[in-house]
Amino acid sequence: MSTATATADEVDERLAPTSRVTKVLRRPEVGSAIAALLVFMFFTLYTEQFLSQSGVGTWLNSSSRIGIVAVAVALLMIGGEFDLSTGTMVGTSGLLVGVMTTHFGLNIFVAVVLALVAALTIGALNGVIVMKTGLPSFIVTLGTFFVLQGVNVALTKAIIGQVAIQGMNLVPSFDVIQPVFGGSFSLFGTTMDLSVLWFLAITATATWVLLRTRPGNWIFAVGGAQQSSRQVGVPLLATKVGLFMTTAGAGWLVGMITLFKSSTVNGATGVGDEFIFIICAVVGGCLLTGGFGSAIGAALGALIYGMTQQGIVYATWDSDWLKAFLGVMLLGAVLVNNWVRKRAEAAR
Amino acid sequence: MSADKPGTSQPDMDRDAASTEGAGHEDTGHEETGHEGTGHAAGAETPSLPPPGTAIIEVTDIGKSYGQVIALSDVTTTVRTGEVTCVLGDNGAGKSTFIKILSGAHEHSQGTFVVDGVSRHMSSPRAALALGIATVYQDLAVVPLMPVWRNFFLGSETTKGFGPLKRLDVDFMRRTAKSALADMGIDLRDVDQPIGTLSGGERQCVAIARAVYFGARVLILDEPTAALGVRQSGVVLKYIARARDRGLGVVFITHNPHHAYPVADRFMLLRRGRSMGDFPKAEMPLDELVKMMAGGAELDALTDELDRSLPDSEADNDKETPAEVQER
Repeated sequence: MSTATATADEVDERLAPTSRVTKVLRRPEVGSAIAALLVFMFFTLYTEQFLSQSGVGTWLNSSSRIGIVAVAVALLMIGGEFDLSTGTMVGTSGLLVGVMTTHFGLNIFVAVVLALVAALTIGALNGVIVMKTGLPSFIVTLGTFFVLQGVNVALTKAIIGQVAIQGMNLVPSFDVIQPVFGGSFSLFGTTMDLSVLWFLAITATATWVLLRTRPGNWIFAVGGAQQSSRQVGVPLLATKVGLFMTTAGAGWLVGMITLFKSSTVNGATGVGDEFIFIICAVVGGCLLTGGFGSAIGAALGALIYGMTQQGIVYATWDSDWLKAFLGVMLLGAVLVNNWVRKRAEAAR
Repeated sequence: MSADKPGTSQPDMDRDAASTEGAGHEDTGHEETGHEGTGHAAGAETPSLPPPGTAIIEVTDIGKSYGQVIALSDVTTTVRTGEVTCVLGDNGAGKSTFIKILSGAHEHSQGTFVVDGVSRHMSSPRAALALGIATVYQDLAVVPLMPVWRNFFLGSETTKGFGPLKRLDVDFMRRTAKSALADMGIDLRDVDQPIGTLSGGERQCVAIARAVYFGARVLILDEPTAALGVRQSGVVLKYIARARDRGLGVVFITHNPHHAYPVADRFMLLRRGRSMGDFPKAEMPLDELVKMMAGGAELDALTDELDRSLPDSEADNDKETPAEVQER
């Protein structure tokens, strides 16, 4: 034992010294970092407003709202599952608070907490159904997606007679809670939404959890080899259900940010964003098969999305080019990921 | 999304989830404390192995039926510390059923299963693990994309710090994985490489070393040499012997008598779900073993086949040398 311990600390002479560059290139988020840098440089050079104080604030804001959920979706994808109900969850939680406060006169704090409970419950339900039935999460959450999309519009219409929440800012204590979700702050003269801070905090927490905690280890494990991780005692059900609850919770947070920033949400809020979240996660290096990826990568993916969305506006191009660009990014990212994964699995 | 999520594995999983709820602490979620997680690792530093030859598991007339189907019946054997008990049988002989009972994956329906003198009915792999009975499955229960050290500690990670700062003790785990592997004679270059980059034999050895480190007293190996080449099989057999020398009781399941013979102390033969007896090595020459396994009609064909494959282990080295010379 003593000799073994002694040698363990030494650098093994059979290992060719790996250069720092090679080590960095093995990280899952490298591709998205390079892409983000290119997008940033392109719009900085091509348009004047992009790097202006208001410009930076604008693309950071839109990145942050996508990024919060994208990071959660990345964790879920590393854990080997999909969630298509995240976009509508944004609308559902916003509408819940809106209807409960403006129509039923419920206390706004209670409403916010109830909406969170509802979101987490739906997330847990997604997870439990996936795990207990063995159906692909793609199908299960596609179902949840359509149920929520329908309920968002139909139920809201049935209760308040229209599909959009109005008079939110007249609700008592709205001003108390508004700064938490919809506030803004200034940095170097740039005014930004508070959601940027939420985004940073969530990315940092997710990275910490993923790389340095037991649940993080389990997330990689259940995504990489579900049966094997169960055999060695990883709590499979708890890990997966926890991940579904995390994406639902992130959807709730963005729902609150949307509601308190603009004082309104409607039945269509968030619909379609679920694909953007997944694209961001994949661009950020998450494998579709699970077991590999990074939270920082997904955050960078969201930055690419935000920068492109606003950059296209500043460049006075047709904003429909955004979708085409995203499609190209997605395909490019999948190809790069494939290559990275092969390298990671190749004998060193 | 995961490939290994077919319906067949579901009942198994549900039962396990239920049983872990019963077990209480380790699986309940993200909030448990780090020390509980290392529960069965506690034995690692102070191995409490009884002297060699002590019986740990005694099964008497054990059997298992699934409804009308009798998969296994009347099996009697003893697993002792410092001994390798070899369970031999052809495909469909009931080997898998037998190890599923030993490893706690399935409960037996007949006979008695005594561990440390106490009769048991084990309902989950976790219950077996708590008694020091560890199983190295054929698929090795490793996650290919994860580094060796993360795989080594998977499910039993050590942590440091408290509250929200509770984190993986990465340095400790890296060092320990490397030294525990070195203890078993496995010299890895880099514990940070994804375990998928190791050869089949190396992975098998990591799985064995992991079970030994986490306080296994009985090691159940499910066909560890089945998918390996001749030389790799030899390496794995060496580690089996090493685990035995460290005082573990080893149950080695195989259908290859030539792999079984060098390391086994006793043989338990299964055929069509029944035990054909439990023999000490002294009473069982290799020829006899092969004959008993094969049975009448297939024997001739099998002997032919074995005559060709038997000298492989020596011949392989000799054959390879000229080839290597030619390459140069």
